[in-house]
Amino acid sequence: MSAAQTIPTSESNPIHTISLFVNNKPGVLVRVSLVFSRRAFNIESLVVSPAAEGRFARMTITCSGNSGALEQMIKQLAKLVDVVHAVDHTRDDAYETEIALLKLDCAIDERTHILQISEHYKAKVVDYGTDSLILQVYGSSEKLDAFIDLLRPFQLVELVRSGKLLMARGRQLT
Amino acid sequence: MDQNLPTGGEKLVQCLEREGVEYIFGLSGGAVMPIFDALVDSKIKLILTRHEQGATHMADGYARSTGKPGVVLVTSGPGATNTVTGLLTALMDSAPIIVICGQQILPMLGKDAFQEADVTGITYPVVKHSYLIKEAEDVPRILREAFHLATTGRPGPVLIDLPKDIGQGPCAAPFSDELDLPGYEVPSRAEPDKIVEAARHLSRAKRPLLYVGHGAVIADAGKAVTTLAEKLRAPVVTTLLGKGAVDEMHPLHLGMMGMHGTAYANKAVADCDLIMSIGGRWDDRITGKLDEFCTDAIKIHIDIDPAEFSKIVVPDISILGDARLVIEDLIPQVEMADTAEWLDQCERWRKQFPLKYSKQGGLRAQYVLDRLNAITAGEAIFTTDVGQHQMWAAQFCKARSNRHWISSGGAGTMGFGWPAAIGAAFANPDKKVWAVVGDGGFQMTSMELATAQIHKLKAKCLIINNNFLGMIRQWQEMFYENRLSGADLEGNPDFVKLAQAYGVKAFRIKRSADTDRILEEAHAYDEGPCVVVAEVVKEDNVFPMIPAGGSVGEMLIEAPKHKLQKPTGST
Repeated sequence: MSAAQTIPTSESNPIHTISLFVNNKPGVLVRVSLVFSRRAFNIESLVVSPAAEGRFARMTITCSGNSGALEQMIKQLAKLVDVVHAVDHTRDDAYETEIALLKLDCAIDERTHILQISEHYKAKVVDYGTDSLILQVYGSSEKLDAFIDLLRPFQLVELVRSGKLLMARGRQLT
Repeated sequence: MDQNLPTGGEKLVQCLEREGVEYIFGLSGGAVMPIFDALVDSKIKLILTRHEQGATHMADGYARSTGKPGVVLVTSGPGATNTVTGLLTALMDSAPIIVICGQQILPMLGKDAFQEADVTGITYPVVKHSYLIKEAEDVPRILREAFHLATTGRPGPVLIDLPKDIGQGPCAAPFSDELDLPGYEVPSRAEPDKIVEAARHLSRAKRPLLYVGHGAVIADAGKAVTTLAEKLRAPVVTTLLGKGAVDEMHPLHLGMMGMHGTAYANKAVADCDLIMSIGGRWDDRITGKLDEFCTDAIKIHIDIDPAEFSKIVVPDISILGDARLVIEDLIPQVEMADTAEWLDQCERWRKQFPLKYSKQGGLRAQYVLDRLNAITAGEAIFTTDVGQHQMWAAQFCKARSNRHWISSGGAGTMGFGWPAAIGAAFANPDKKVWAVVGDGGFQMTSMELATAQIHKLKAKCLIINNNFLGMIRQWQEMFYENRLSGADLEGNPDFVKLAQAYGVKAFRIKRSADTDRILEEAHAYDEGPCVVVAEVVKEDNVFPMIPAGGSVGEMLIEAPKHKLQKPTGST
């Protein structure tokens, strides 16, 4: 499916956001992804980066799957020796953001509308070519979905999204 | 290379010695030669097996009969992949084994080199944890971690992949007790509040039932469970793997529950008002149809693995901790429950629905196992494969001591029983070890007759030979209109001659009248391994039976007169 479309959700398969704090070692990603595939969960986005202390890494994973199975999956993730903790943030108070890059095919005289929309969404032009533009936008995944949908009619030729980044607010554990 | 430094392989073997390893079960090959070489100068005894699967089951039998980890050593590629079945078997039944694989040299990894396989990748789903050692300096720490992980918490298999260049290169690292496992916690004592709450419910219950699983065996909780059962005056039932934790001859013991459990155990499960799982995982062969399982009973679940809570059954009280410590904490808190009527009812069921079998029409497997039980007098260690023989052995061979019943439960691995008996016999030279296997499963690892024979090991193998994959035939008879498909083992060898070809003493039982004499002779035989082939009636079925996915209400005490629907459960 296209990442630019709003991800289909349903009562039985809503989107979940899970944070993992893991050892920064080879093979950890495979062990984690096997927990998802074994239970027929589809990973929608997955961001991995070193944590504040480099021997650990952060994974922010959005996925869709049966809500009833989610609790068991979190437990199975937490059970992995390389996972320090696993937290389901689906309904938590947390700051969330995502970044997207969009490439549009357009001549210089076709750009007025595109730039108006970009200004409204606080998107930035990061490459200004003669026949193309690259726009960078960040914010909530829903905002990015809306922005991308608006630009889709303007010959959207490439799209790269980072996947959701999340941090729990206050003293709560991410 | 510094001549004074040990090689990676030598360091690894020194680490194994430091962990107290007595035996390594394995098979050699090019990539693992540095470790085999290091074993020449070691006091660890190398048991050369005939197949890597056999090595894993031997290590498993060693582990389950002792509680100590079993160690396997194999080469790269096919040597390593042949351990997958043993790893799954150990994972499903929480057995601590450590599989060490040789691997191609590091610069060749990922280049499809000879006998290269991504064994860590292949085995991710069937291990508790695994390591690919990339630095010689990591050898001592990884070995320590592997033993810690395999044996603590919920035990399980750990795999270590060691490239040959590390095995033969220098290793300067000292021994280490360091554990670099920040995500790994081992629960021990439970939260006191949970104990108080559970004790209150146990003391109030009119029809309590203690359901003993493999976790109770692993935690050696049996004595505590017996004390608790006596104090509460509560009956005890076990899973297939929970056998032996509590003496099956104890008057409060109702035997095995579940698909082929005793009718009186299953009736107690269906009618109890409180069921407490002690290291059981509510397997589908235990619960049957979940919607109808203990619907009105309070459910208490004791487990060391938090992922087991609410996996199948949502308990009213979940108690995270070591089963023995939890029960010991519970004992002083419970009060004797008012269960006289309940125990009377259980006794009535015991008399009304005893285990029974026909004594007509030829040699019956149940009779042979009933007699084996009498002759071994509760002192032997039993191992089994999977199938009809396993269920009959579970029904008729009473396990009276912890770690005396070893069977492939979760994975249901054919070929497990005989090598597991070999591993158990190495670990328990003073005990009689009997493998009870079917003719199907035995042929999957029968080559390990050689392994037992060269060590003059006193393991005994009883082959229940009905010339069928018997449980498959039973299902096809009952649920597939007797349309037999792939169940007939035509082509079986003469197992007596097969054993003799390996130089192994062999006996054959053809008539009921000969059973005692032959079993006694085999039981007393002390010069090495022996095989007893019981040529039992070809078409016999295991009862009681709850069809897969069914409820206790659908339990068949004997062969049904009516046609049955295909069961909803998978197996």
